[in-house]
Amino acid sequence: MVSPQLLYRIELVRKRLESVKYKILVLSGKGGVGKSTFTSLLARGLAAADSDRNVAILDIDICGPSIPRVMGVLDEQVHQSGSGWSPVYVEDNLCVMSIGFLLSSPDDAIIWRGPKKNGMIRQFLSEVDWGVLDYLVIDTPPGTSDEHLSAAQYLLNAGLTGAIILTTPHEVALLDVRKEIDFCHKVNVPVLGVVENMASFVCPKCKTETAIFPANTGGASKMAVDLGVPFLGSLPLDPRLARSCDEGTSFLIDMPDSPVVLAFNKLLKDGRCQNVLLCKQSHMCHRDKCLDMIQIAAFAVNLETVIDHERGVQRAFTYDDSTCINFTGVVKACEESRNS
Amino acid sequence: MLSGVKHIILVLSGKGGVGKSTVSTQLAITLKESGYKVGLLDVDLCGPSIPYLLNLEEEDVHQCPQGWVPVYADKEQNLAVMSIGFLLKSKNDAVVWRGPKKHAMIKQFLTDVYWQDIDYLIIDTPPGTSDEHITVMENVRTLNCDGAILVTTPQAVAIEDVRKELTFCRKTGIPVLGVIENMSGFECTNIFSSGGGQSLANMAGIPFLGRVPIDPQVAVSREKGHNSLRTPPDSPLSAVFQDIVQIITKPKTGTGDETAVS
Repeated sequence: MVSPQLLYRIELVRKRLESVKYKILVLSGKGGVGKSTFTSLLARGLAAADSDRNVAILDIDICGPSIPRVMGVLDEQVHQSGSGWSPVYVEDNLCVMSIGFLLSSPDDAIIWRGPKKNGMIRQFLSEVDWGVLDYLVIDTPPGTSDEHLSAAQYLLNAGLTGAIILTTPHEVALLDVRKEIDFCHKVNVPVLGVVENMASFVCPKCKTETAIFPANTGGASKMAVDLGVPFLGSLPLDPRLARSCDEGTSFLIDMPDSPVVLAFNKLLKDGRCQNVLLCKQSHMCHRDKCLDMIQIAAFAVNLETVIDHERGVQRAFTYDDSTCINFTGVVKACEESRNS
Repeated sequence: MLSGVKHIILVLSGKGGVGKSTVSTQLAITLKESGYKVGLLDVDLCGPSIPYLLNLEEEDVHQCPQGWVPVYADKEQNLAVMSIGFLLKSKNDAVVWRGPKKHAMIKQFLTDVYWQDIDYLIIDTPPGTSDEHITVMENVRTLNCDGAILVTTPQAVAIEDVRKELTFCRKTGIPVLGVIENMSGFECTNIFSSGGGQSLANMAGIPFLGRVPIDPQVAVSREKGHNSLRTPPDSPLSAVFQDIVQIITKPKTGTGDETAVS
């Protein structure tokens, strides 16, 4: 059921994120492939490259938030002010928000079904006082369910730049990642590109190279070609990075000679990645192309709901919550109907 | 519900990608090799891995008067498997469902699958402490649920999430059978370090079931579609699981457990 209340909330998120230039989701169908690690590297890398640039991380993994540890701000707390929740600052131009800051003990489990998780994500998106930001990088849990649908639902209307998809090279991860790309196509989230993590491992002691997660089916680059999405690059496996994440230190500064840092810097400077991060690709046309019949139908229902609400009529429409829609048009139509 | 099932074991972890599905399949195979009849239920709806790991990706589920017939991984029908992967048209299809639909699907898996008489039902779960876990917990808590096995890797960032899963078990009254530390150490060095699982077990006062080293061969043999129903008996993996099976099949004192057939 799409209520006028939901549309109002979507509008609140849009208003709040108006001052954020690029909004990037980090997704993967599979867990433990390095979503949080890559999110932290990307945010730190973007913030370090230019001190005038403001970067933030939002962690919407409600049941397993890793960002506070990875960013080294485990024991911090969030404060409330008149303009919303204040995020936790890691550097002058890099701040973080996660449910981890709201828990009283690291043992606390969030045993919530979908609706409560969605409410939390909505609050994160509409009530955090980010200030003016260049980049908001959003770390997600694995899967294609509540958290992802809610993020897409709220962000598509707020000018989402798109999603970077993380994977490891072996088939059992690619299986789930293909589903995540299918999810992006279904809900019209533009896929900015695929990054392959833990691609090869060079033992720091004996220098032997081993494929820990062997790419027997061609790895991420082949999958990207098969599915017609850009491949951004590969990062090798470095045990020191895992340790650095546990300690919450800045790996890019501490280990500039690590093969991961070299590969990551190359990836950041690469033309494809620049295009992605600066949103040079036009994804609006992609979105239009994908607007299928289901969405048009849902759009009509919503429009009617809104207009009815405007007239003071309360009507409930049943609506399959598993289809997610782009509400830009709805809100615009609503405004037009109000003006006329 | 699940009337012919003698024991239920949940495989849980707060963290993704630590090897829950690998542990579930190995456990099921080892139990089967020890002479038990085993069922393996995959309730990870958004990322089902079990069909791939057992090389059953092309199989379908059939209907019989008693319910859904699970897919059998062996000719003798001692290892029955059920996963949403068998119900999808294409393996690239995403299951884009919110909680209530996932709840309904899992409920169906628990009530409508015709397992017949099995000794052990292993339930493989997705990461987290949310809809899937609450639904499974609510339904099996009143049945013969032996408890949960927690899987972790040694890094702090994984242990942290597993501690949350432990809290979930404690709050909901599911007994914890123990912790398995996966991807522990690697040849001459450590990738995800090692020992974290042991210290978690010590700290939380729960049994430590074993340490499984990283072995790229595990991934390779699976990707080549080898007969994954048998692990080489001399591999460290197989030894660890033999031990685990010993622990979980040991009759509990005073319960009159007589299911051992080996």
